[in-house]
Amino acid sequence: MMSAPDLMSFALMVAFISLAVAQLMCMIRLVLGPNTGDRILALDTMVINALGLVILLGIHQGVRIYFEVSLLIAMLGFVSTVALARFILRGDIIE
Amino acid sequence: MSLEIIGTYATALFLLIGSGFALVAVLGLLKFNDSMTRLHAPTKVGTVGIGALLLASMTYSYASGAPSMHELLIMAFLFVTAPISANFIAKVNIHQRACETPPAPPRDDTWSTLNSPEDSQERSGSGAS
Repeated sequence: MMSAPDLMSFALMVAFISLAVAQLMCMIRLVLGPNTGDRILALDTMVINALGLVILLGIHQGVRIYFEVSLLIAMLGFVSTVALARFILRGDIIE
Repeated sequence: MSLEIIGTYATALFLLIGSGFALVAVLGLLKFNDSMTRLHAPTKVGTVGIGALLLASMTYSYASGAPSMHELLIMAFLFVTAPISANFIAKVNIHQRACETPPAPPRDDTWSTLNSPEDSQERSGSGAS
């Protein structure tokens, strides 16, 4: 059995790599995406994965400031997804 | 085994759970072959995947001796907004007829996302003439 700090750094490494791979695979869907809904979904997932990466960076460096960064990214991601979807649905963002 | 070591193990477990969910969700986004099916997988990362990562961040802050609960704020925000954005994307799919159109609503002639202004003008115009 691994010691706790070893397991921790291993888990951090695995998490970083898998989130980076997830980000790349989202980009593939963003380029392929047959219709607009898929592209919006891929962008939304990319924002969420970026949020995860920022949280991981915060754990890795042990810095508190990343909390605010991730909160801002979460809010911007939600607003941009809704704005894109509304633009497709209504042709206008704020009517 | 002290509480600190247990906390570190729990952090590692939550990290692995969160990253596993993120990877599986994006695999679903790539491999499924229908817009609405593809919508199903990545909406889980927003709640479970990021939830587990935030839980890892919280347990790690407790294990390393600087406790913080701020992450609950992000978690609450994500849990509220993830279904809304998924609903909007589903509406875009219905609007663009990227999926099978759902059966008509019982007390109206069409879904409001599919109802374009030109259509209703035409209908009312032909009804008047």
